[in-house]
Amino acid sequence: MRRITRLAAVATILPLALAGCGSGDDSGGGSGNAQAPEKTEISYWLWDSNQLPAYQACADAFHAANPEITVKISQFGWADYWTSLTTNLVSGNAPDVFTNHLNYYPEFAGKQQILPLDEFVAADGTKTDVYAPGLADLWVSADGKRYGLPKDFDTVAIFYNKKMLDDAGITEDQMKSLTWNPDDGGTYEKIIARLTVDKNGRRGDEPGFDKKNVKVYGLGLDENNGAGVGQQMWSMYALSTGWQFTDKNPWGTKFRYDDPRFQKTIAWWRGLIDKGYMPSLAIARSGTSVNDGFGAGKYALSTNGSWMINTYYGYDGVEVGTAPTPVGPSGKRATIYNGLADSIYAGTKHKDQAWRWVKYLASADCQKTVGDKAIVFPAIPEALTVAEEKFKAKGIDIGAFTVQIHENTTSLFPITDHASDIGAVMGPAIDAVLSFEAEPSSLTKANDEVNALFQ
Amino acid sequence: MRTSTERQSGTAEPRPGTSPPQSDTSAPRPRRRAGDLPVAMVFLLPAAVGFAVFYLWPALRTAYLSFTDYSLLAPPEWAGLDNYRRLLGDRLFWNALKVTVEYVVVNIGVQTIAALGLAVLMHRLTRSGLIRGVLLLPYLVANVVVALIWYTMLDAQLGIVNQALEWIGLDPVAFFGETSTAIPTIALVNVWRHVGYTALLIFAGLQAIPKTVYEAAATDGASEARMFWRITLPLLRPVLALVLVLTVIGSFQIFDTVAVTTKGGPINATRVIYYYIYEQAFQRFNFGYAAAVCVALFAILAGLALLQLKLLRAGDSDLD
Repeated sequence: MRRITRLAAVATILPLALAGCGSGDDSGGGSGNAQAPEKTEISYWLWDSNQLPAYQACADAFHAANPEITVKISQFGWADYWTSLTTNLVSGNAPDVFTNHLNYYPEFAGKQQILPLDEFVAADGTKTDVYAPGLADLWVSADGKRYGLPKDFDTVAIFYNKKMLDDAGITEDQMKSLTWNPDDGGTYEKIIARLTVDKNGRRGDEPGFDKKNVKVYGLGLDENNGAGVGQQMWSMYALSTGWQFTDKNPWGTKFRYDDPRFQKTIAWWRGLIDKGYMPSLAIARSGTSVNDGFGAGKYALSTNGSWMINTYYGYDGVEVGTAPTPVGPSGKRATIYNGLADSIYAGTKHKDQAWRWVKYLASADCQKTVGDKAIVFPAIPEALTVAEEKFKAKGIDIGAFTVQIHENTTSLFPITDHASDIGAVMGPAIDAVLSFEAEPSSLTKANDEVNALFQ
Repeated sequence: MRTSTERQSGTAEPRPGTSPPQSDTSAPRPRRRAGDLPVAMVFLLPAAVGFAVFYLWPALRTAYLSFTDYSLLAPPEWAGLDNYRRLLGDRLFWNALKVTVEYVVVNIGVQTIAALGLAVLMHRLTRSGLIRGVLLLPYLVANVVVALIWYTMLDAQLGIVNQALEWIGLDPVAFFGETSTAIPTIALVNVWRHVGYTALLIFAGLQAIPKTVYEAAATDGASEARMFWRITLPLLRPVLALVLVLTVIGSFQIFDTVAVTTKGGPINATRVIYYYIYEQAFQRFNFGYAAAVCVALFAILAGLALLQLKLLRAGDSDLD
């Protein structure tokens, strides 16, 4: 009988315990501002494990300067990050401050999940013009409110295998002055063809090249579906024709996937598969990433973002170089210019402390600490200089990524509402074209679907 | 259910259709005293609380949400039958159903036959605990790990499986990357993980078949094959039915393997129903619509389970 009573006790306590888990965090914010220095802990989330040490260093320095505030950093992989963040926003347990992405922040801002920073910026007289041009404006929403302060940025360039270039008789100088057009691919396609080698050792530009048995593809194909943005997949070609994603950016409401310049670009791109210069979609999606394929010597060239620099340069026995993306029909190169920022959760109980941390993250002090680790490009130019030197010390020249900023050939990441719905339409649509199950003209229908989201 | 059972089996052999399976115990069971009820309730309470909190309440809430427009970050708004109307016209929902059924057919078909074969081999040839342990090994590895390992091994260019194919003179296959092979590949990877577990379940059922039946058959000169078809399969039916119901429901819920490998692609080739629900709910914030898909899936699975139990007469055994 004793056992039964104990069981019953446990059974009655269980629901109470469960109920206890759920509540508690619902009471409103703004409790920490009233009293003088009170010890607080604020939580901070980021997704890139490579950057964790840099930001831990920032957090330690911040704590040393503000002993009453401790920053607790959590890191999640890219995909888990957004799922965890969403579920925590729903349950009211989101981190006080988190790394935000241009693809996600319009949704969060629209649903009042992140805090506008304007009041804080005005009260502290924080300068928003210290960042590389354009970066701070990316975080101002359609209604004119600012939702983040820039921390770093990225652009796209071409990674190449130096030995393969040598073997093909292509110089690194040639790589710096590539041209491209959607009709014959320009000198860019010529070197891709030259760098492709079949099982018999014949090159892609030689007679008798066997496109069915390719040993090394001239250009790798990303394992990820670039959805409607194609940041490191196709955007640098399409944008170099003068094409733009939307009627205006940011906050466009009409997409232009029906533009012939865009569709011709995609047609040229998938043409590389047909010619045997780029792996089929099936091969690209069958298991390993494009960077691992590059590292294993399956691809001579691979377009990717600056956040991948350390991964590409980290493969054993592969000599890597970088070149800027080719000059297109518009007479200019192109790359997407994407910036990250830190945002404050609207439900935070420590608004002021969270703001101080965001302000520190966006300061030259913290960004120099981050730059010193040579992993990403800090948003403040003087911190970028620090990063540039540290990359150089590692034997990495980031000029291929930054040249487009100096020459003003970057395009903003398309910032619009409905980003995830657009991705859900465009991802499979471009997959279908790449796998030759639909024609590039089918993207006009996908474009209609996308534009219908804005009506 | 009872009546149809009787109708089906009525011609084969006369047997008491209404008596419960335990009726062969010699002494009549004493009636339960009403005084046991409170104690019984106490014993049932923990499970009941768990059921209510983790199953019943979420299920009811899902049913409610399926009638709302709910973007997760704003309160739900009543939308009537909108979500269900949209469901009927949603090409991707029907595609998800089709793809999921394809998966279930390959997965359950291959898995059940292989597991049955393994179980019969174990039963007739060996009682080795070691072999049983080895069979269970893949099941002890986490699903996601299994998926990722196979994903790497089956890569078209660098995967070890394709290296082996090349050595024996075959062309490499992009198992996960080709629209035609992606679903069968995922189905077979999961067969690999679950077949040992399923075999053990069936093996347990086999052990319940009295040895005397086989001895009698052997005395009559029946071959192994004949014994399998005439003794093993019919007597195993209730266990097999239960295993099938459980594995089919589990199979319909395929998600993790897809989530860590193909993510629904290429195109929509592996956008199975659970992955579609996940995308709608957590990536596109259409929680109300996702809930409607959940309810549709629930109805399909409940119907399927009932149908299976009915067709396979899982409730009674031929051993009586």
